[in-house]
Amino acid sequence: MALSFQDLIFRLQEFWGRQGCVIQTPYDVEVGAGTMCPETFLRVLGPQPYRVAYVQPSRRPADGRYGDNPNRLFKHWQLQVILKPSPADIQDLYLKSLRHIGIDLRKHDIKFEEDNWESPTLGAWGIGWQVMLDGLEITQFTYFQQCGGIDLDPVPAELTYGLERIAAFLQDVDSVYDIVWNPPKRGASSFSYRDVRHADELQFSVYNFERADVATLWQLFELHEKECRRLLAEYPSGQEPAEKRRFPVLAAYDQVLKCSHLFNLLDSRGAISVTERVAVIGRVRELAVGVARSWIDQNVAATFTSPSEEAVVAE
Amino acid sequence: MPSNEFFLEIGTEEIPDWMIEPALKELQNLLWGDLLLRSLVQEDGLAEVHATPRRLVLYIPAVLDKQPDIEKLVTGPPKSAPQRAAESFAQKMGVPLSQIEVVSTPKGEYWGFRQKQKGLQTKELLKTLVPDTVLRIHFPKTMYWTGKNGPRFIRPIRSLLALYGRRVVPFSIAGVKSAAYTFGHRVLGKPRIKVTGFQQFLEELKNNGVVLKADERREKILADAARLLAAAQPEGSPRRRTLRENPTLLNTLVYLTEFPTADMGQFDPAYLELPEEVLVTVMQHHQKYLSVSDAAGKLAPRFIFVMNLDEDSSGAICHGNERVLRARFNDARFFWETDQKTPLRDRLPMLEHVTFQSQLGTYRQKTERNVALVRRLAAFVPQAPVEHAARAAELAKCDLTTELVKEFTELQGVVGGLYARAQGEPAEVADAIYDHYKPESMEERSPRTPAGALVALADKLDTLAGCFTIGLKPSGSSDPFALRRATQGVVKILGDHNLHAPLLELIAAAQPAGEAAGQLLEFFLDRLRYYLREVRGFRYDEVNAVLAVGAQDVPDAIARCEAVRQVRPTSNFEPLSAAFKRIQNILRKAGGVEQFQGDPETSLLEAGAETELYAQARRVLEETKGSTDYEMVLRRTAELRPAVDTFFDKVLVMAEDERVRRNRLTFLAWLLRAFTRVADFSEIVVS
Repeated sequence: MALSFQDLIFRLQEFWGRQGCVIQTPYDVEVGAGTMCPETFLRVLGPQPYRVAYVQPSRRPADGRYGDNPNRLFKHWQLQVILKPSPADIQDLYLKSLRHIGIDLRKHDIKFEEDNWESPTLGAWGIGWQVMLDGLEITQFTYFQQCGGIDLDPVPAELTYGLERIAAFLQDVDSVYDIVWNPPKRGASSFSYRDVRHADELQFSVYNFERADVATLWQLFELHEKECRRLLAEYPSGQEPAEKRRFPVLAAYDQVLKCSHLFNLLDSRGAISVTERVAVIGRVRELAVGVARSWIDQNVAATFTSPSEEAVVAE
Repeated sequence: MPSNEFFLEIGTEEIPDWMIEPALKELQNLLWGDLLLRSLVQEDGLAEVHATPRRLVLYIPAVLDKQPDIEKLVTGPPKSAPQRAAESFAQKMGVPLSQIEVVSTPKGEYWGFRQKQKGLQTKELLKTLVPDTVLRIHFPKTMYWTGKNGPRFIRPIRSLLALYGRRVVPFSIAGVKSAAYTFGHRVLGKPRIKVTGFQQFLEELKNNGVVLKADERREKILADAARLLAAAQPEGSPRRRTLRENPTLLNTLVYLTEFPTADMGQFDPAYLELPEEVLVTVMQHHQKYLSVSDAAGKLAPRFIFVMNLDEDSSGAICHGNERVLRARFNDARFFWETDQKTPLRDRLPMLEHVTFQSQLGTYRQKTERNVALVRRLAAFVPQAPVEHAARAAELAKCDLTTELVKEFTELQGVVGGLYARAQGEPAEVADAIYDHYKPESMEERSPRTPAGALVALADKLDTLAGCFTIGLKPSGSSDPFALRRATQGVVKILGDHNLHAPLLELIAAAQPAGEAAGQLLEFFLDRLRYYLREVRGFRYDEVNAVLAVGAQDVPDAIARCEAVRQVRPTSNFEPLSAAFKRIQNILRKAGGVEQFQGDPETSLLEAGAETELYAQARRVLEETKGSTDYEMVLRRTAELRPAVDTFFDKVLVMAEDERVRRNRLTFLAWLLRAFTRVADFSEIVVS
């Protein structure tokens, strides 16, 4: 029997755990993609190696369809893997992970098709592919080049699995809502993706498109922006490593995430004109870039090394 | 001198399909060029390049073992110089005086020395030349993968195979050492294969699931497709299904695969209710499937997909692709049905919320400008029904608010046209909306109808005038509003629809402000020049000659270029061009052509060659007056050549008598003015 949604997650976590990844839990602030979690956005900065994998429910308010569309979701589940630095056999590892979830590569067609990733809000971009499985895009594969406006060294590889798509493929169902979430066990019933998530999709579509109060969202956006700016301004750049180490850069980053999510909400409410759009994205990016710089500076302080030659801040 | 085969395989992660052919060409040019420069290959020698997404291969069957020794003559002091100079020259060359010799040069006799340079061993040279060349290949967007100090390439390099005369050429790039190993197809081959020579390399690749040559992959796809189509003809039916050709997509598939196999999938014929344009876009652009026509040329409910594998043993691949296509078609149907609930005309107010450009307002405002411009331009497109064109301009941008266009942006305009038709707008209106973004490239056809041409002209000219007014001129490679394409589109429409609209008046109608009109005209002339040269294939001097005497009327300029091209090979033409150049020079020296206005005084013309030329010129002028049969005009003009030649043989332009001289110069200026109506001959570069 094909893997249930949760078994798919377990398998991928098991696989990447064996590759030395820290298996993290989803971040508890709303994000549009797994890339935005501190475990990716901040960990890819600077010279320290890191390997991590985690599931991240990712909110894209504008993609909501009231639970009506079989393939489109306001919130979808990503499995995010970061390998820093990227190993030379990364593509082979990735293909092995597919075998680990039951995909026989002798019976399926895999293609790596050019797809470069860019996030203007995060000042981040990378080079890579969308991985196609029998014509279905199942993974975004990216070699990060820049994050928060900073050149990355070493270069991390990011793998983002689209879990609903893969589960629907494995279970051969035409609607994500028909995905079996957990396998039936004696004395307990099995639940579908619909059972678990449909109300979530419906209600948040109503909120995001109809009910969210635009004025309140703007107010919240500005409050979080202000809080972030305040923190960044107070970062003790000239002071002792010990002072730097205890400074809440991570809290400042949470404010960036709040701003980014509020921006997405405002966008789905149709409250941002095309002209404003660029300006608001610029505001969020400025915060993200500020956090990235402070984070690097703080990490240099924390490791008591001299300022890393590799971690050059791109102007 | 002995020679050996050299070949190189750069093994990479998947290179974007569209970058592969240019990269191969560059690899070949760079390395071949360097070897040729060192006389290691023959100018007409052989070299081959091949590629799959994961490997770039260069093969040269014969590279000399070592550079030939060369002898270089170094010249020293003149023989007449004191002995000391010769001694110090010999010393500088590091040889006794007896080994320098006397050489004759055009400047006299000198001391000289034949210096011998040892040629470099090829295997030594390749060690540095090959890695340098690999990293010199230009790609549109590169990355680093080992770290910031590492090299940049299009995707990570994972394997390097370089053999010269069966020996490894040793070097390394990004920590990868060159070796005598290649690798097979990810699934069908072995990951590490020993290589001894190029023929064996080809054999091994074949045995390991890699079709190295692009042409073979292309043929395989087409052969597979033909077989599938033949096998799947409906039972007992004479109808034949055919593949819809799409060379660009085919090339993409060729460079996305190492072992391509085509297979055929089906979709529910119920989806054929949707417009073909939508279905084909989904299949070709989004899924990279080739589509299939039925006997009547209509879309058949079949598609050809190409896998990077030898077979679909369990049918799972076909099943998966059909499933994805079904989901895509369902989306498209959902959008189509949702969009129909709000007809285009009711979407006009929604354009108030769609920004065209911050300073140029919303699409609602652009629409109003487009409609007004359609009316102002109507006189230039006499065949176009103005009311229909205005209606089309009014509705043309409404499809930007539809779900279908939000999903498939490449179908803007097309979707509007389809909806307009479905919603009962007249065919003229629907077709004009459908075509109004065309032509989007120089290969694409212009709008089919005069109304479509009119709407397309208005839309493009409004964008151009607006953007130039607020200073958004394209610069270098940055052209976010695709203004070059818009300008070329205008030029092509004027040419294709034979519209004699002066460029300056077209620009003025779109009401650019300040300096924008002048800048736009300059921009148009630049694009017109490009169009005549690159698209219509006229030679640069022909284009210069034609545009020098008028560049306002596009079809007229095309006709004049055509005439020059036709008449140019005739015997009189180029000599006449030379004569005109001579006339221009004479006049320039005499103070400029504008100094000599009006007709020459006939009584002052010298009997013989001068009066004869004048009479002939008059006659030709009478016969060609006002004619737009430019080829005839040029032929007749070229026939003046013997008379012009005789004139220059027999008559001294700079006569002693001041009045005669001045009259003669006036005559030449008159000739120049009279016969440069079609083209300025002096611009023609005489071979």
